[in-house]
Amino acid sequence: MDVVLSHFGYLLGGFLVTVELTVLGYVGALVLGTVLAVFRVGPITPLRVVGTVYVEFFRNIPLLALLILFVFGLPDVGLTFSLFSSAAICLALTGAAYVCESVRSGINAVPVGQAEAARAIGLSFSKVLRLVVLPQAFRTMVPPLVNVFIGMALGSSLAAAIGVAELTNRTQQLNLEYAQAVASFLVAGAFYVAMAFLGAGGGRWLERRTGRAVGGRR
Amino acid sequence: MSADRVLFDEPGPAGRRRIRIATGLTLLVLAGVVVLAVKQFSDHGQLTAERWTPFGQLSYVHFLWVGLQGTLIAAAVAALISVPAGALFGLMRISVHRPVRWVAGVYVELFRAVPLLLLIYAFLLGLPRFGINLPIFWKLVVPIAIVNTAVLAEVVRAGIGAVDKGQSEAGEAIGLRRGQVLRLIVLPQALRLLVPTLVTQLTTVLKDTTLGYVVSYPELMKQGNNLTVYTHLLIQTFLIIAVVYVLINFALSQLAHALDRRLARRRVTGGDAGAAGGALPADAVGDRVAPVGQLS
Repeated sequence: MDVVLSHFGYLLGGFLVTVELTVLGYVGALVLGTVLAVFRVGPITPLRVVGTVYVEFFRNIPLLALLILFVFGLPDVGLTFSLFSSAAICLALTGAAYVCESVRSGINAVPVGQAEAARAIGLSFSKVLRLVVLPQAFRTMVPPLVNVFIGMALGSSLAAAIGVAELTNRTQQLNLEYAQAVASFLVAGAFYVAMAFLGAGGGRWLERRTGRAVGGRR
Repeated sequence: MSADRVLFDEPGPAGRRRIRIATGLTLLVLAGVVVLAVKQFSDHGQLTAERWTPFGQLSYVHFLWVGLQGTLIAAAVAALISVPAGALFGLMRISVHRPVRWVAGVYVELFRAVPLLLLIYAFLLGLPRFGINLPIFWKLVVPIAIVNTAVLAEVVRAGIGAVDKGQSEAGEAIGLRRGQVLRLIVLPQALRLLVPTLVTQLTTVLKDTTLGYVVSYPELMKQGNNLTVYTHLLIQTFLIIAVVYVLINFALSQLAHALDRRLARRRVTGGDAGAAGGALPADAVGDRVAPVGQLS
């Protein structure tokens, strides 16, 4: 326990790196994923294909394989990123595929009549999406998007395998140097559990808020 | 909205022209990206024949094949452990006994909130200090099974919850006991609903096995990495490995889709059984909307 106490700052620093990775990856995933979802429901066939291929590729490639490809493979073709940015980019790329599917299924959950009515009053594709469908879709999107956030927080641990000094990596370092296995794993585990629970709580709060915003309609 | 094409009108002449222009532009941009990628590869001499032809040699293929076998075995064993264990914990979560429910609840909530890699490090570095030193294979498979059991428990619970309530009520009405209702009526229907999701979960397990890289278990990722130590064909090897993973997982998810569609058809045509409210919650169905556990 002493080791953990005296190195608490070290672990906390790792936790902050984990938080940074998660937040950066999640924001990137939200932006890219939403764009891809719009591609996939839009009228331009090549963009639909791009969206579909992207989702199938990045949902099916293991995150670690992507990380290793990024960190060890891409320098061969002259693309070198820092370890931290590699991890953030890979998290965003993978997360975007799941965000895209969440957004798309949210769009699909809005009754067809809504889009038909919007088209009937002459709204264009982007206006149908922006003014009518997406605001209603948002509520159903919240739970899967929260899942993506939690998945991102836990998945960011894979950055440890390529040597980013985040929480999991520092826990493992402590274990290599000191024989204090249980305590450091418990502390690290508690950090992750706290993150997951905060994410889930935030999601429930957001669900209640958006529920009210749409007039309490389920 | 079931159809993806309801968000826009059937385009008129002007709309068709705009779509044609946008299509052309998109194709141009895509072509530009491909050209740029090829140029980047060739500028650094990564497209020359001697950097790709080795992968046609039997020894290279065999080396990676051994890795793929390791991957498949680890994934299969982890799945064989976590499916029954997940079913058990899923059932425990709906038990009538509070302590049983509580134990399963704590297990599921805890192991869905802890990263797999941290657990693997615990098995790799933590437990040996207490005299628990598993063989490398189990240091990889046991953590994968632990985490996926928690995820599958939630999936099973959702599946049981998705069976029409009238089914168990009818079972009770004809005098079956609680266990009988579960065993004879609810579970068979729930399992059928769950098959696509279970197949989907296999892709997660398969992806999880890449962490064999960390414990030095010779699965595809680790073998590929070992290969690069000798050949220095980094990007080639890692690209090939990525494609192999994507192909296997794509095949599995297509299988899940096909099973899902068959199920949906059955639900529509197969009388009233489950036709009323048989659908699973969105993130438990086979279309893998969002990961229930960690991104992997």
